[in-house]
Amino acid sequence: MHQQFPQPKLIRRIYSEKAWGALAIAIAVICVLFPVLNLLVPADSILHLSDYTVALTGKILCYAIVALAIDLVWGYTGILSLGHGVFFALGGYAFGMYLMRQIGTDGSYHSNLPDFMVFLDWKTYPWYWQMTDHFWYAILLVIMVPGVLAFIFGYFAFRSRIKGVYFSIITQAMTYAFMLLFFRNETGFGGNNGFTDFKRLLDIPITTPQMRMALFVITGVTMLALLLVSRAIVTSKFGRVLTAIRDAESRVMFSGYNPLHYKLTIWTFSAIVCGIAGALYVPQVGIINPSEMSPGNSIEIAIWAAVGGRGTLIGPLVGAGIVNGAKSYFTEAFPEYWLYFLGLLFVLATLYLPQGVLGLIDKIKAKKQAAKSSPEIQSSSELKLNSELKLSSDAEAGVENEAGKA
Amino acid sequence: MLLNSLILKRHGLALVAIKRAMPRMLAPLLMFALMAFNINASALTNEEKVGLATGENESRMAVLDQVVAKGDVDALPFLKLIIDDAIKIQGKDVVIVGDDATTDALTGKEVTLSDDAEDIVNNNRMGSELDASVAALNLLSKDAKVRLESAKALQGTEANASRLSLIQKVEETETDDKVKDMLALVRASIQLTSEDKAMRLAAAETLAASANSGIKQMLSTRLAEGGETDPEVKTAIQDALKNIDRNLAMYERIGQMFTGISLGSILLLAALGLAVTYGLMGVINMAHGEMMMIGAYVTFLVQNFFLHYMPSYFQWYLLAAVPAAFVITGLVGIVLEKTVLRFLYGRPLETLLATWGVSLILMQAVRTIFGAQNVSVENPAWMSGGIEVAANLVLPYNRIFIIAFAVMVLVMIWLMLTKTRLGLFIRAVTQNRGMASCTGVNTSKVDALAFGLGSGIAGLAGVALSQIGNVGPALGQSYIVDSFMVVVVGGVGQLAGAVYAAMGVGILSKFLEGMAGAVLAKIFILVIVIIFIQKRPQGLFAFKGRSID
Amino acid sequence: MAENTTAGNISSGLPTNTGASDSRVSQPGVLDTTHGVVLYLDDITVSFDGFRALNKLSLSIDVGELRCIIGPNGAGKTTMMDVITGKTRPDSGTVFFGQTLDCSKMTEPQIAQAGIGRKFQKPTVFENHTVFENLELAIKTDKGIWNSLFGKMSGEQLDRIGEILETIKLQDLYKSRAGLLSHGQKQWLEIGMLLAQEPRLLLLDEPVAGMTDHETERTAELLNSLAGKHSIMVVEHDMDFVNSIARKVTVLHQGSVLAEGTMDQVQSNEEVIEVYLGR
Repeated sequence: MHQQFPQPKLIRRIYSEKAWGALAIAIAVICVLFPVLNLLVPADSILHLSDYTVALTGKILCYAIVALAIDLVWGYTGILSLGHGVFFALGGYAFGMYLMRQIGTDGSYHSNLPDFMVFLDWKTYPWYWQMTDHFWYAILLVIMVPGVLAFIFGYFAFRSRIKGVYFSIITQAMTYAFMLLFFRNETGFGGNNGFTDFKRLLDIPITTPQMRMALFVITGVTMLALLLVSRAIVTSKFGRVLTAIRDAESRVMFSGYNPLHYKLTIWTFSAIVCGIAGALYVPQVGIINPSEMSPGNSIEIAIWAAVGGRGTLIGPLVGAGIVNGAKSYFTEAFPEYWLYFLGLLFVLATLYLPQGVLGLIDKIKAKKQAAKSSPEIQSSSELKLNSELKLSSDAEAGVENEAGKA
Repeated sequence: MLLNSLILKRHGLALVAIKRAMPRMLAPLLMFALMAFNINASALTNEEKVGLATGENESRMAVLDQVVAKGDVDALPFLKLIIDDAIKIQGKDVVIVGDDATTDALTGKEVTLSDDAEDIVNNNRMGSELDASVAALNLLSKDAKVRLESAKALQGTEANASRLSLIQKVEETETDDKVKDMLALVRASIQLTSEDKAMRLAAAETLAASANSGIKQMLSTRLAEGGETDPEVKTAIQDALKNIDRNLAMYERIGQMFTGISLGSILLLAALGLAVTYGLMGVINMAHGEMMMIGAYVTFLVQNFFLHYMPSYFQWYLLAAVPAAFVITGLVGIVLEKTVLRFLYGRPLETLLATWGVSLILMQAVRTIFGAQNVSVENPAWMSGGIEVAANLVLPYNRIFIIAFAVMVLVMIWLMLTKTRLGLFIRAVTQNRGMASCTGVNTSKVDALAFGLGSGIAGLAGVALSQIGNVGPALGQSYIVDSFMVVVVGGVGQLAGAVYAAMGVGILSKFLEGMAGAVLAKIFILVIVIIFIQKRPQGLFAFKGRSID
Repeated sequence: MAENTTAGNISSGLPTNTGASDSRVSQPGVLDTTHGVVLYLDDITVSFDGFRALNKLSLSIDVGELRCIIGPNGAGKTTMMDVITGKTRPDSGTVFFGQTLDCSKMTEPQIAQAGIGRKFQKPTVFENHTVFENLELAIKTDKGIWNSLFGKMSGEQLDRIGEILETIKLQDLYKSRAGLLSHGQKQWLEIGMLLAQEPRLLLLDEPVAGMTDHETERTAELLNSLAGKHSIMVVEHDMDFVNSIARKVTVLHQGSVLAEGTMDQVQSNEEVIEVYLGR
């Protein structure tokens, strides 16, 4: 009679064997290669990996997590947030509070309070600093603060069906408001200077090479884990509902799904992921201040995803690497040209790279393939169908068509 | 008051300094002035001149009182010379020290200035008496402006019977309401120390109508220092104080309203361009703020051009800056549309990102060309100063200019959109692109022109901003969030919405600033906007209509 | 859902309702059509900025009925559908789905889950999803987040998708992206998605717009076969098509019902002729 459709297995649905292999290699590089090259190989060897490179890579990995988060909401759900910097910074601040408490009385005033509070002549911690000296409570805050803010904000925004550029502008206003709020000294987060001069993490000095490497490995593993979780989400039916919301929200509604619930879930999840990235960022970079919440920073996040290729998960990771790699090169070599480059990147990526770098690679590949296989056999419409299918399916090599239903 | 007289004194000293610094250039002019003085000065009797210039301060003050009581306007130049320390005592003679000649004050003959000539020593009291007397005599001037200035200067001066009578006399015949009111206050302040209880009561009542923190200060000191013993007058003074507080608060509110409207006009100028580009064309232009910045820098360039090539017309450089800014930013807008935006229609999120990139490039370009520092744009002289409504409420001319400018731009855009062919085309294209194209409208040209129009308006906003704040590469950034809020609140495609939203946001934020400080006010505004959008997701004035899905 | 007596085994091989009713977990309220009326609009008024799109409109649809709604442009047809599906809230009046469900108090997804399916004027399918995935998303099941994340499709649901694919003649294209389908195919996919939802009432806004004659014929056939099992309301301009499916026709004009009856009755109605042929 009619067709039978086999049910895909969870593991195969998330990634093909080839991709799993690539993931394993990535884990090995992060957990073995980097530590060995940095800590064990002597400094004068060519193979030695400098602390600077490790620190830079660690920072970029944090940004990559943020790019992953933005891809979930923008690439898959069509919600462009220009305020993800807030969630990143709030995660950072939440963990920064713990790091500030860890300074103990080693600050320049030798007080129990952080220097900036002594400076403001405060005698005790404000209520929201309570218990922040407990590591696990800080971790809870890292997840809860961005999560709760995103949930409340998202609930009101999505409930009144604010979408498209309207939503983007409102999120930008949100991050702007938070930046202003955190710039005030009275807010109790160090004002302009934010938090810095961290000394310890879990009572271990924070600047030792071992500690830095541990933070790096944790960041890398977290990124890969979050990539897998995100991949599981987008390959589930939930993920297909998200994409459906992006493409035709009213159809989703009239099919009986409540878009509010779906958007709110992925939005909140994305914010939490951002918060985690912020928490990993602060101990590695050693500073968090309100400029992380500036509207410009948040827009930059979007361009990472756009450059890499949104709606692919891997693309934004690549994009975060490319853009931030270029940034650290430019700001050192030609600082005055960085903004020209970044500005051009915004323009060119949107004009000429709608699918990002990954889309470009795919296109080139498809062209080569088309050139190889004899053109007279394939009708042009079929060709188009093939390449279009490729665009919609996941871009990394070896991944089968979505859900592996074929 | 004290401050006023101080300023007057400073002013006088500065004048003297200038006279001394540039003798050659101004000499003929000064000679003429001095001669005029001499002729007038002769109206004072020689005894009076000597009495004013020499002797104990007490006796000098008595002579001064006489002169004031007479209402001798002709005494003014001599008094001014005393204030300016231009009178010296040379032996027994009183001499006027000019820039290139010294004359005898009594005879008008030229004399040589000897080294042992002594300055007249005016102690503080004498100084303020002199100032007050000059002010009182100036009340007799024919120029209402001078009278008003003198009345102001008289406020808070010490009670003095001869001046009081002069003031009363002038007050009776005064025709200018403003001067009259001011004089009534001065008179009442003096009468407050009168022996007559009824007069004190009346004085307190008169003072109650004022809105002057100086008078408030005076009344409360009088109460606190026990200067008033009569309980009835005390209550009257207390009532007066309450009343003054109320008046002050009212003017403060009016002041906030005014600054609110002026902020609203700035937001309106910023938002009007957005209302065209976003509201009509649906293009989110994140570089809009940078268009404003370019407008401000064009103003800077035009100003410099005038400064270098036609300094005599410097006062009017704004007249040239306005069209220049409009045309140049408009052209930048058209280039932007032709090279970038054209390819992104129907993809609003991508447009947003691309224009953000453009804004980064423009900002960096300005940094490269003009440097990262702010540049200085000067107000033309006619824009400095302001209308003084009350002692604590001055409406600066540059703010008034901006309000008027915003209204003008608004009217022009409205006329442009409703009365011109281009406006008709723009509206047609925004309503139904395909149909407009079919009827022969060159849609891509209209798009470019419409975007140029929006950008040009941003340039105009930049001209206005250059007159009230710093001009720097980050100028646009500070307004872009606010102006987008205005567009969001106002709704899309509606000039009226933009006007109401800009005024609402402007006035509300000034009132909140008064209560909670600038930062919290801004946060409140953003929260209020977000809540507002809950209720009216389409903005204030959006059309409700059939949706096409 | 014992009242599903009309559900017969129709030649197109459509699934029966009885199997899947249990899976409708998050259904708000229960549909009650014991009086034989599936939809009852009473005195509905909707105005936009003074313009009355619907003016005291009253209309009822019986269980299993296939009703055609015709009317000139601006008669309020689409607005009526908006009101029924919860997209537009009426200024006054009530919309009842069965005897118990008040649509004016339900959200769009709630109304959809209660059993009203809607096809838009412009075919609206998920263009970046495959045909199969489009049907998967539409199929009647628990549409909450948890089920979407962790749920699995049952064998019956997969079978039903297969059946629908045959019904809408897209079985060979089930792997291709919906965006690549022809206009007519998209229309059919959308109808297929509605069928997968297993609604009690189908609202079809111009289902044959842009279809070839052959496709139109097939659609008429399909709708005829669905009537009886589902209640169907069709808004259409194509009079031939209306003629080929209609049993009862309602003419809307300026937001209220102008005439109602069989095609012949309506066509001979003086007022209708005047409205259509001009005055």
